[in-house]
Amino acid sequence: MSAPDMADAWRPSEEELARRQQRRARNRKNAAIASISSILVLGTLIVILVTSPGWISLRDTFFKWAYGVEILPKVLLGFGTNVTLTLIAGTSVAILGLGLALIRTSRSPALTPFRFLATVYVDVFRGIPMLLVILLVGFGIPALQIPGVTNSVLILGTIAVIITYTAYVTEVIRSGILTVHPSQRAAARSLGLSHFQTLRHVVLPQALKRVTPPLLNDLVALIKDTGLISILGVTDAVRAAQIQTAKSFNYTPYVVAALIFLAVTIPLTRYTDRALRRSMEAQNAQGSA
Amino acid sequence: MSALLSVKNVRKTFGDEIVLADISFEVKDHSATVFIGASGSGKSTLLRCINLLEQIDDGVMSLDGQEITAVDVDPDQVRRRLGMVFQSFNLFPHMSVIKNITLAPIQVHGIPKEVAYEKALALLDRFGLREKADQYPDRLSGGQQQRVAIIRSLACGPRLLLLDEITSALDPVLVNEVLVTVRDLKNDGMTMVIATHEMGFAKQVADQLCYLHQGRILERGTAAEVIDDPKEPETKEFLARVHSAGRL
Repeated sequence: MSAPDMADAWRPSEEELARRQQRRARNRKNAAIASISSILVLGTLIVILVTSPGWISLRDTFFKWAYGVEILPKVLLGFGTNVTLTLIAGTSVAILGLGLALIRTSRSPALTPFRFLATVYVDVFRGIPMLLVILLVGFGIPALQIPGVTNSVLILGTIAVIITYTAYVTEVIRSGILTVHPSQRAAARSLGLSHFQTLRHVVLPQALKRVTPPLLNDLVALIKDTGLISILGVTDAVRAAQIQTAKSFNYTPYVVAALIFLAVTIPLTRYTDRALRRSMEAQNAQGSA
Repeated sequence: MSALLSVKNVRKTFGDEIVLADISFEVKDHSATVFIGASGSGKSTLLRCINLLEQIDDGVMSLDGQEITAVDVDPDQVRRRLGMVFQSFNLFPHMSVIKNITLAPIQVHGIPKEVAYEKALALLDRFGLREKADQYPDRLSGGQQQRVAIIRSLACGPRLLLLDEITSALDPVLVNEVLVTVRDLKNDGMTMVIATHEMGFAKQVADQLCYLHQGRILERGTAAEVIDDPKEPETKEFLARVHSAGRL
């Protein structure tokens, strides 16, 4: 606070200048080592791949770029289904997961049956492969022939995805709620806040902030897993690629579909990593207090 | 004059452990009752019981003539008349200082936002923390955090303030600013129940001082009587230990 002129008078000492020099030299050396090592490893892999006996035929069946460009619009059109499905399922899962997490962490006696049902639901659907849920819902519900219930595999597939992911997300949010220290609840209650007010103003804001990175992680997984409903015959990116492959006996459409998924998931994964790092830094800044 | 808070034969156990065996005392309006005793003697549990954060196993407690241990009493209604400050501050880390202070007035008491802010700023001003209003708790020193916690508990205009070892988590040099704040409140006539390890402070503010030992009030009286002239051997031993630790 005092004597800003003193701060102005500061010049790095000889020792500090020498240290900085050394750090710069070390960083240059590390960068050089990293480059050489990367070139060696990647180069070796490429050489092994290209010189392998089957490389020529593999290149023609999986990486026929001219054909890839030709079928790209069809696969992209299918990918539109994946995106729409991700948005609808993602929103539904967020709302349902939050609701179920609140039910599972509540202590209200009136909610006892719902708490029990929520626990059973989470246990069951976390433990079944999603592919099975999709098959059971997609083929099982139409087989029941209940009047008024849709036969659309797109809708049924979406429901199956929502059912499975809600179970995961419920547990993520619930774990976030449980990490908020009981003393925070005690402080809020001692101020006269009701159970619900405590949840809304004190517990949930802290819990959701903490679970944002794992939830983003689940979103990335959700985008990929929407491809699984192609098993029901929904024309998504995977199914579109499959159709093209079946026509030409060339596997390039699969590679194209994979690249389209990567184009969305890699940026999202990077963003998730950044969010995770920021969240950890924020928590460290709070220290042990 | 009848007591503001009356505690009669209160018992509290956690499993087999008897934390409060049989506690009775009364707190008059505008007075300060201080509890001293070793860690684990039940001081914190007693305060949490008064605030109905813990359910007692026997006994009766009344606030302002209303029995607050009755089964049909809404704990939220009782807590609105009580303020509590904790050893570990328990400020809400995701809210600025002013939001921490105005949360309960706005949400619980339905006070308009502008009025609540104005009142909170006046309180911050009074305790020299006005410029911290928009800071987040992790930017404040421990002493400042605890003073904000005290202000937060005052913002709803409580009838009684419960202070639970509010200086125990603080650096020795920060203890004083918090104790000065409490002394100011005492001079304003705030009724308080205090659990503390600070004997010098206890002597300054206590109208009634109780030595808690194994869940019982072993000795009570004015601060001078209990601290300077203890009668019971356990009290003497406790005070001797406090003395050798340099806290007297």
